[in-house]
Amino acid sequence: MMEPQNMQDPASPSGEIELVVFCSGEQSFSLDIRHVREIRGQSAVTPLPHAPEEVLGVMNLRGAVIPVFDLSSCFGLGPTVPDQRNVIMIAMNDARTIGLLVQSVSEIVSIPHSSIQDAPTVVGGPGQSHISGLVQLAEGMSRVIDLPDLIQRRIPVPA
Amino acid sequence: MTGPDSFRSLFFEEAEDLLGTLSDEVARLKGGDRDSEIVHSIFRAVHSIKGGAGAFALDRLVGFAHRFETVLDAVRSDQLPLTAELLRIVERSVDHLSVLVEAARNDRDTDTTLTDAAVAVLNGCLDAIGQDKAPADVLQPEAAPAFTFTPLALNLDPIEVEPTRTVTIRFRPYPGLYDNGHEPTLLIAHLAELGTLQTELDLSALPDWSSPDITEPAFAWVIRMATNAKREAIEEIFEFVAGLCDLSIEEEHDIPAMPDLPSPSPMSQDESTPATAPFVMTETTPASATDGLGPRPTLRVDLDRIERLFNAVGELIINQSMIAQRVDDLQMHHDTDMSSHVESYRLLARDIQEAVMAIRAQPVKPLFQRMSRIVREAAEGTGKQAQLVMLGESTEVDKTVVERLADPLTHMVRNSVDHGLESPERRLAAGKDPVGTIWLSAAHRSGSVIITIRDDGAGLDREKVLRVAVTKGLVPAGTELSEAEIDNLIFQPGFSTASATSLLSGRGVGLDVVRTAVQALGGRVNITSRPGKGTEFTITLPLTLAVLDGMLISVGGTSMIVPIAAVLETIRPLPGDVEQIGPDERLLSIRGRYVPIIDLAETLGFPRAEADDPAMLLLLVETEARGTCALLVDRVHDQRQVVIKGLEGNYGQVTGVSAATVLGDGQIALILDPDGIAAQSHPIPSQTSGQRVAALP
Amino acid sequence: MRITVLAIDDSRTMRSMVRRAMDAAGFVCEVAEDGVEGVRRFEELRPDVVITDINMPRMDGFGVIETIRQDAANRSVPILVLTTETAPEFKARAQTAGATGWIVKPFDDQSLVMVVRRVTGSLR
Repeated sequence: MMEPQNMQDPASPSGEIELVVFCSGEQSFSLDIRHVREIRGQSAVTPLPHAPEEVLGVMNLRGAVIPVFDLSSCFGLGPTVPDQRNVIMIAMNDARTIGLLVQSVSEIVSIPHSSIQDAPTVVGGPGQSHISGLVQLAEGMSRVIDLPDLIQRRIPVPA
Repeated sequence: MTGPDSFRSLFFEEAEDLLGTLSDEVARLKGGDRDSEIVHSIFRAVHSIKGGAGAFALDRLVGFAHRFETVLDAVRSDQLPLTAELLRIVERSVDHLSVLVEAARNDRDTDTTLTDAAVAVLNGCLDAIGQDKAPADVLQPEAAPAFTFTPLALNLDPIEVEPTRTVTIRFRPYPGLYDNGHEPTLLIAHLAELGTLQTELDLSALPDWSSPDITEPAFAWVIRMATNAKREAIEEIFEFVAGLCDLSIEEEHDIPAMPDLPSPSPMSQDESTPATAPFVMTETTPASATDGLGPRPTLRVDLDRIERLFNAVGELIINQSMIAQRVDDLQMHHDTDMSSHVESYRLLARDIQEAVMAIRAQPVKPLFQRMSRIVREAAEGTGKQAQLVMLGESTEVDKTVVERLADPLTHMVRNSVDHGLESPERRLAAGKDPVGTIWLSAAHRSGSVIITIRDDGAGLDREKVLRVAVTKGLVPAGTELSEAEIDNLIFQPGFSTASATSLLSGRGVGLDVVRTAVQALGGRVNITSRPGKGTEFTITLPLTLAVLDGMLISVGGTSMIVPIAAVLETIRPLPGDVEQIGPDERLLSIRGRYVPIIDLAETLGFPRAEADDPAMLLLLVETEARGTCALLVDRVHDQRQVVIKGLEGNYGQVTGVSAATVLGDGQIALILDPDGIAAQSHPIPSQTSGQRVAALP
Repeated sequence: MRITVLAIDDSRTMRSMVRRAMDAAGFVCEVAEDGVEGVRRFEELRPDVVITDINMPRMDGFGVIETIRQDAANRSVPILVLTTETAPEFKARAQTAGATGWIVKPFDDQSLVMVVRRVTGSLR
């Protein structure tokens, strides 16, 4: 399986990090490509009872049942507006696989790890804790998602 | 299954078998059988456990087994008479041995004072005959080196470690091998990583230099290799060239006891499977083949392979129901030929499923045997006298069920002795045998496994149970409860039986944990109790964890599965059968009884589907929490078998949902847990109740 | 001399993943986005090993393998197929087309690198 190899170690041979950049709730986010298993179009999602707003339900990923989160809701930006370009990013951390519904994927960039700045602590809001840093791209500022934190906080009972 | 962990688990599997043997043999001794073979058998089993434990540096286990073995050796050499006292010591020692094995398996520490005490008792026996506590290895010249502790299992299992041996590989590439970018020298270099090679180029097939077909490569190699690599590792190197060469791998084992391996066949063009199946037929010869039936041939197979087969069969069942569905949709009524093919397919798929399930099935006997120790311990700890009677130990249950049942069963058995049985004095006073009896039974009944734990104790003190429940705030004071409802209170979280602060209660938790564990296995637990006569717990479990008979329903536009086991019947009530009780609750009147109606959509937080069909559709289900309930659903589609997929791995537990499954169209349907739903819906402090009442038919 | 790998895949994510694994192993990795470009890049680069997807626009992986293998001079170049298929028929088909081996998706970097080492002879 695509086990992210030692996420603490940013030093790939070149000191570069590759990010999948995407848009959610009209804002730019990015995720270390080592977390990304695949990107799929909108798939059928079965709702879960009494799930929080950001949990859209579960989907079938080659026979496995994985939860799908609305990334926009996770960051308190309201539900994702349905659109042709919406995709579900299949992301993985440790043994857990989840789907993240995002508005649209923009690009994959390769940047020096040193260009990621710490997220300023003054920014409040419900999604603040899932951000590990900020990165300045050509199109503007993008927030780098802390996937382990997101999974840990959004999944109710550790299995 | 590779690496040291797999050896370790193999050892514990083996130890489990050996402890079973020990338990059997001690029982024979207790029954008065004095066949000298029994003591030998016990000695061998303890010795094997010691040898295995040594290989994994389980020092405490080794130390104790060693001392135990020394005593047994003295018994079998007639230095120590097997008195009743000594027999009891042997029995205790077996118990202690299993405690140590269990602790080692779970990487847990045990109370050293207990081990010290047990060793001291054994030493006492040896002191009695003036034997020094010399290492038993001296007495046992055949003492096993590491990894030979299971002479019939480990060494023969080629998917595990292999002794160093000579492997002869004959490798003759076809021309196509070169055309696909392969290079024989690379393969040989790769082989060299696994052992020492002696390579011979075989030129016998070299064409005459004058042959026009000189481009046809005709080199072949004979490679002799000294290696301890698994056969699979060798085969893996040739994985990509299967079909592009002639290949044979022959093994010569140094161990003379090795049975003949199936002789390897050359890998021919149409074969992509390994030349020989990587397992070996062997005969299990338990140390005591006393049942007179003789050993049955068995096959040791890597669990991963079974798992794979199991999953594939699950998909096959889904596929089968999909095809059946499609054929049905096509309405080929007249094509009886097609229908009969579909039906044969269904039957075949079921046959395969059953056969595969049987592979994973294991008798509950080892599990039950462990309980006799629990009974003894619990009785000692509480000053009671108890005996365990086991029935139906050969009943087979899915391996995972057996494993996951160990804790709840231990708890219940302990509970039965601790709280079920009375003290010997009180039993005598009540005109009963001072020795209480615990019956443990297993049986198959209509697709389920029923396990009962029964005692002949005093039965539940319902007044006291109710009082405790009221004190703990589990039920409001003055509540009128039926006897069954009172009995079920003991499964409530927070209902602790701590009023009896016995030595044992500290170890356990409430019976609610038992219920949760059983429910996690898709099962139910029930209690019946008769004052003065005793109490019976009944655990009902599905035969397998992988497949479930379900009813496909829809609620709020979403398809779901309700386990058939929970469904009593489906009902379309007449309007007069439904009574509104207060603003929130409706009751269904059925055959003179009232059962609560649970609105599934509301309980699950789903929108109610547009009621194009105003008549109510109810599923009567049996629940632990509220007895019989009626679930209000939108539609019932059909019954089908579904493959269970857990939610916990990637998400977590969801109240009211036990698992999920994949439907024929690839969509996921949730598998409902009627119990969770009933518990959740009670009481119903619903803000939307007004709307709901308005929508009543 | 460093080993040159040509990765042909229409999925950007997959290309990135293969490249990352190859980079980490110290190989030079070049990429192509479809079969036609893949064959063109092959002629340009003369890589030591090719890793190709099967389902791609313009020319699929089988086409890539067959095209490359047409030239007898290319027959010794290992070509690996990156696939989600595990069926024996699929492997047989890839082998008939001329594939050297296959890697089943999802893969982990280590086993991908190991397979590459195995077919190129760059053993440790």
